[in-house]
Amino acid sequence: MSWVDYLIYAFLAISLTFNALGSIALHRFPDVYTRLHGATKCTTFGTIFAVLAVVTHALYQLHVTGDSKYLQMALHSVVALIALLLTNPVGAHAIAKAAHLSGYKPAKAVVDAYEEKLGGGRE
Amino acid sequence: MMEQVFFYATLIVMVAGFISVLRIMLGPSVPDRVVGVDTLNTLVVAAMILLGAAYDRTIYIDIAIVYALLSYIGTLAVARYLQGGLS
Repeated sequence: MSWVDYLIYAFLAISLTFNALGSIALHRFPDVYTRLHGATKCTTFGTIFAVLAVVTHALYQLHVTGDSKYLQMALHSVVALIALLLTNPVGAHAIAKAAHLSGYKPAKAVVDAYEEKLGGGRE
Repeated sequence: MMEQVFFYATLIVMVAGFISVLRIMLGPSVPDRVVGVDTLNTLVVAAMILLGAAYDRTIYIDIAIVYALLSYIGTLAVARYLQGGLS
């Protein structure tokens, strides 16, 4: 085993840990907004490291075998990562705004700045 | 060797996906279920990329790109419907 294998193992360990924490966060938090925060942040970070592991594996196979399909695999993984990084926070923001506008209040919250802003606009 | 490692990593990601399916079934309100679906979409994209590396097929990663963009459009449509109409 070379050091590239240990690098791929480290990336996969970080990825699986954060993906599992993101799905456990859905059950450990009290309301919609904290669940959205934990799940979106952890799964995005975990997917970054999964793509890093795949890119490392593909570039190492390209170096060993010289087959150009591994270069294609690495580039397409990076394109998938860019698509996910651009669309995931926008989707989370849309869900949070829709949940607040449809009347679900944050549990155990002391200050709700968005509610104050909406109330100030209506007066 | 490395292909088996990527395959078992895919299995663990799908176990995390089943945990978020549990939130979709249990969720007390509608936005809770939408959050569960959004988490499941990201986990499915990660599983597709790892499976493409496990089976040495680049076409799985192309399908992951299309799935990421389509699930984003679906999440935006559900959010617009939730905050009061699709108009």
